[in-house]
Amino acid sequence: MPVEPMVVLDGVHKRYGDTAVLSGLDLRVERGEHVTLIGPSGSGKTTILRLLMGLEAVDAGTIHVGGRCLTHMRRRGAVVPADEKHARAVRRTIGMVFQQFNLFPNMTVLGNLIEAPVRVLGMSEAEATRRAAELLELVGLTDKTHERPTRLSGGQQQRVAIARALAMRPEVLLLDEVTSALDPELVAGVLRLLRLIGESSDITILCVTHEIGFARDFADRVLMFDGGSIVEDGPPERLLVEPRVPRTKEFLAAVLEGR
Amino acid sequence: MTGIWDWGYAVEVLPALLRGLQVTVLATLLGSVLAFALGLVLAIVLRARVPVLHRVVRAFVEFWRSTPLLVQAYVIYQVLPDVGITLGSLAAGVIALGLHYACYTSEVYRAGIEAVPVGQWEAAAALSLPRSRVWFGVILPQAVPRVLPALGNYVISMFKEVPLLLAIGLVEVVTVARQLSADSFRPVEPLTLAGLLFLLVSLPASILVRRMERRAGAG
Ligand SMILES: Nc1ncnc2c1ncn2[C@@H]1O[C@H](COP(=O)(O)OP(=O)(O)O)[C@@H](O)[C@H]1O
Ligand SMILES: [Mg+2]
Repeated sequence: MPVEPMVVLDGVHKRYGDTAVLSGLDLRVERGEHVTLIGPSGSGKTTILRLLMGLEAVDAGTIHVGGRCLTHMRRRGAVVPADEKHARAVRRTIGMVFQQFNLFPNMTVLGNLIEAPVRVLGMSEAEATRRAAELLELVGLTDKTHERPTRLSGGQQQRVAIARALAMRPEVLLLDEVTSALDPELVAGVLRLLRLIGESSDITILCVTHEIGFARDFADRVLMFDGGSIVEDGPPERLLVEPRVPRTKEFLAAVLEGR
Repeated sequence: MTGIWDWGYAVEVLPALLRGLQVTVLATLLGSVLAFALGLVLAIVLRARVPVLHRVVRAFVEFWRSTPLLVQAYVIYQVLPDVGITLGSLAAGVIALGLHYACYTSEVYRAGIEAVPVGQWEAAAALSLPRSRVWFGVILPQAVPRVLPALGNYVISMFKEVPLLLAIGLVEVVTVARQLSADSFRPVEPLTLAGLLFLLVSLPASILVRRMERRAGAG
């Protein structure tokens, strides 16, 4: 029996006002696969992650995650757009890390980590705290357990944000340029952590990044976006080294130039 | 006839005035609690765009804000009994103050809520937090501390508007002073003292709010 893909986008359309961002995008990501999305600014990479996270609604098309439909649901035999409750249930299996960390400043690091496990998964506080301690060890911030996030460096905040997403044991992890807001010297620590997570778990990861070196050894597959479409799709060792599409060549040249 | 200021008389009327001041302060505090709580509910209903309800709330806020407190107090005190709800002066006054100021505090909360970065909402959504936790665990703990000084300022203006409620028979400090002046034909002492008592409460309160503002600005 073929295993169904973890993430399936079928004919997804999305526009903001007059700007059509996605016009019938199809995408499949296998269970446990690490996919890196590259492409120029404005090509729709963030939009895809936001649609998957349910922060935006599709205009047309469907999205399935783990075999469950995120965008639509059945009501009295008819297929209707998903309501808030349905979307929330499906989203529970998806975690997202943002460029700007978005930690809750009114809670400690520990508070950030146990909030959702306790309130959403119904975990006991003791159990959630024990898990949080493990995650903080993984991200190397055990000594910051009781700090406020605002007292941490950007790199530390981002590592907490990654731990917070993992605390929900997501099946799919979405990473949107998670190192772009960091000072250069803090980038390596976060990328090292992501490599570790990629190697040690079977989580499915969609990762938007401009770190081509990282994409190369992290990804199983790279997708090159331009104007809301996938213009090239291939394994990193091929696509990043010998791109076939001119647009990919130009983009990679520009990114490498910029550093 | 003594001079323009009679110390003996001033001392004599002070206890009555102080009892009046207690009522003024009590009305202000209870009115503030109502205004803070109701204003928060209004702000959440407006922001969460609860279907239908948010239109009703918006219309209510617009209407209620553009009518005078005095009229509202009259309606609550004198018209409600016709439909079977009879309230004492203090209860009617507190409700009038609370409703009136809730329209303003809801605006204050709205500004505080809007100042919370959109990323906070998104992070909360990405963690699938239930709506009540998004509000009470994430958004309000960030929004409310920022607007405490603005809320404090409304408490002070409310305090200064309590004397209007003499129109519905609330015996607070200014009412007491007027009665005393009328009885003795000596308005100077009671009214001056009433004014001083107001100052004695509102001045420290204002200083406190300034200090909160500075701290909020620094923090
Ligand atoms: N909330 C929004 N409102 C209007 N336009 C938007 C919004 N979000 C994104 N866009 C537009 O959609 C396009 C794709 O954006 P995005 O998905 O963020 O691209 P990328 O992440 O690849 O840089 C851009 O043209 C952007 O300006
Ligand atoms: Mg982007």
